[in-house]
Amino acid sequence: MSDKAYMVPNPPTPNKAVAFNPDICTGCNLCVEVCPTDVMMPNPEKKQSPIVVYPEECWYCGGCVEECPRPGAITMLHPTQQRISMNWKRKDTGELFRLGMKSPPPPNNRPPSGG
Amino acid sequence: MSTWHEYVQKTGKVPEWPYPVDYGKINEIVCDVLVIGGGVAGLRAAISAARSGVKVAVLERGHAKRSGAGGAGVDHWHGAVTNPCSKVTPEMYTNACYDSMNGWTGGHVRYIITRESWDTLLECEKMGIQIRDVNDEFKGAVFRDEATKLMFAYDYRSRHVIRVWGFNIKPKIYEEARRLGVNIQNRMMPTALLTAGGKQGAKVVGATAVNARTGEFYVFKAKATVIATGGAGRLFDFAPEVTASGSMGNMNASGAGEALGWKAGAEFVCMEGSGPGRLTGYAYAPYSMANAHNTYHGAPIVDADGKEVPWVDAFNRPVKNVEGRFLPSEGQDFILGEGIGISRYAEQFRNNSLIYDLPERVRKGEFKLPLYADLTRLSEEERRCIFGMMVGNEGKTRIPVYDIMTKAGFDPDKDLFQAPVTMPEGYAHPNFWSTGVNTPPTVRSLGGGGFLTDWELRTNLEGLYVGAGGNLFGGGCHGESHTTGRYAGRHAAEYARTAPEAAVDRGQVEAERESAYTATRQSKGGNGWKEINAAIARIMRDYCGEYKNEQTLKLGLRLLNELKTTELASAYASNPHELGRLLECRSLITVGELAMKASLERKASNSMLDFHRIDYPQTDPPEWNKLLPMRQENDRVKVRELPLDFHLKAPYASGYEENYKKYSGA
Repeated sequence: MSDKAYMVPNPPTPNKAVAFNPDICTGCNLCVEVCPTDVMMPNPEKKQSPIVVYPEECWYCGGCVEECPRPGAITMLHPTQQRISMNWKRKDTGELFRLGMKSPPPPNNRPPSGG
Repeated sequence: MSTWHEYVQKTGKVPEWPYPVDYGKINEIVCDVLVIGGGVAGLRAAISAARSGVKVAVLERGHAKRSGAGGAGVDHWHGAVTNPCSKVTPEMYTNACYDSMNGWTGGHVRYIITRESWDTLLECEKMGIQIRDVNDEFKGAVFRDEATKLMFAYDYRSRHVIRVWGFNIKPKIYEEARRLGVNIQNRMMPTALLTAGGKQGAKVVGATAVNARTGEFYVFKAKATVIATGGAGRLFDFAPEVTASGSMGNMNASGAGEALGWKAGAEFVCMEGSGPGRLTGYAYAPYSMANAHNTYHGAPIVDADGKEVPWVDAFNRPVKNVEGRFLPSEGQDFILGEGIGISRYAEQFRNNSLIYDLPERVRKGEFKLPLYADLTRLSEEERRCIFGMMVGNEGKTRIPVYDIMTKAGFDPDKDLFQAPVTMPEGYAHPNFWSTGVNTPPTVRSLGGGGFLTDWELRTNLEGLYVGAGGNLFGGGCHGESHTTGRYAGRHAAEYARTAPEAAVDRGQVEAERESAYTATRQSKGGNGWKEINAAIARIMRDYCGEYKNEQTLKLGLRLLNELKTTELASAYASNPHELGRLLECRSLITVGELAMKASLERKASNSMLDFHRIDYPQTDPPEWNKLLPMRQENDRVKVRELPLDFHLKAPYASGYEENYKKYSGA
């Protein structure tokens, strides 16, 4: 079995910048509205997640995620070259972790100061 | 499904442009004060103008709710010397900046900033931004004042830099601007300032712009105009695929305001100044890795075996404990703090830092890589303040670092945060994440120069004011942008109240409209904007690099013009977004020309401007210790000379206080 192949340009670098969860996103386009560089555009189909058109123009401010009224609908994804660099080591065990690893440690749920 | 590629392969269709396109359709907006640039400076200008009762419009390239270099947040506010806890006066602070730069910064602008920074911050508080520890999270901490609940950074004794919870600062000031009825026009790429009779050097009466979603044309008629735009971030380097995620300035930074001003006949100084492109984005995601600078000032850095890297004061004497990292040392009145738009700090105002010879000691194996930030060595208050308060509120840290890292399991109470692994020279500056050594040495950033303004932040052009960070001579960073924006907006409004209705020149408007849409009428085989931008950056790196001479500068000017009249003139835009980016390329070329022309005029090398003429190798000869204000008249460059301390010479008074009282309008 094989999917139909298309003549498309290479995937841009970075590939995505942000990703949508279609189960949570309602296609309200508030993120599209505020993005300073028009990284994404409204989907031609109503109520569907926006389409990331210009991921290389994203500067990773996270404003779209802050704007989103439905937590989890949009996730900011640092480029892989940045994710691979964000490493930490547990002081007492020496375990190594990094952003994007297969089996991450449990989340730290402490909110930021003031929040 | 998230990306265009997914959409196309799922549906077999290329999506149509989602916004109605009507290239060239004219929209007219009439106001008293027009603000170009809706970042923190621009919105503060708009708010202060609107509060005085005039009609205000903002022309914004992105969307003003979150746009601009300051739009992603702020964690500490500089120069708030008039706050009730401060031991620093405006004169002390201004002189510290001015003396550190040997006079190569606008002293009047510095003074205005320090006089009004605290008041500007208090207004932020009224707009809903947290500037005090109101929840008593840090009660009893050494950096907190118990009476006012203010928290301080860098210098806990002098108390003039205030820690703030500014992750939402932009949405809050946006709401205030909206509440005051400011007419905010988003997605606008400005193409020109309009002047009386369409003449260069005449009174500014508005601007033209193209909407980068609809392609429609906008004519703004204004009695007064404030330029509040950012710098030309894409001028020397264009590789967003690699650099955009590591940068502290977004793609919209095309130097549009400077280009508009230069074409209209506004005066600039020090545009020949530049520096290594340390923050151009050849870096790690900002604040996402261990370092000991700025937001992370004071963080303990340890090597792979847990051995801590010592700290030293400005005079290279050991700093014994953590508290000492935040205190002036013997011989210092106060510490200025980092990130205020100056490139050199005199020792008596310089920060404590990691040992200066760390690269050498890494090379010798004394400190083993990788280095880590070990925040567990700090008190709970200091640790939480760095990761949780500062990281979490500073620009690009709320979602990109705090949220993402904690969700991924990072815990500052338990974990060592790794620093970049790089060549030893990369540890010369404690801001490890920006790793200047990763930036190609040919990549420069313009720095230190900008619009020349008077004590009212007015340019040489009637009706044109400037409130901004990077492109205002004497400007700074985040807080400074708020403060100068607010001040410029106040003066623009004051001028507009008695100015006659703006009369725009129809010929100028039509000429702008004609040229703005060239790229929509070209063959689809024409170049795209990225190709052009990369070529501009190549010309700048090669012909306006660290070492300059007359022949190569002239060749560079020739090549910029070649590009403009050949590849850019035939470039094609398939939609309004690409058109906006191509118009930005025009701005970039103009700013590049300005930098080269300014470089040609200074026939001497200059250490403060990091300016090196191979054909005039003598550095800092006394006869060149002067500003060279430049403008265009009939498209010819006009240069004059001005002493560095012009702001304290006739027609101005000789003291800061006296001038401020006379001109501030406060």
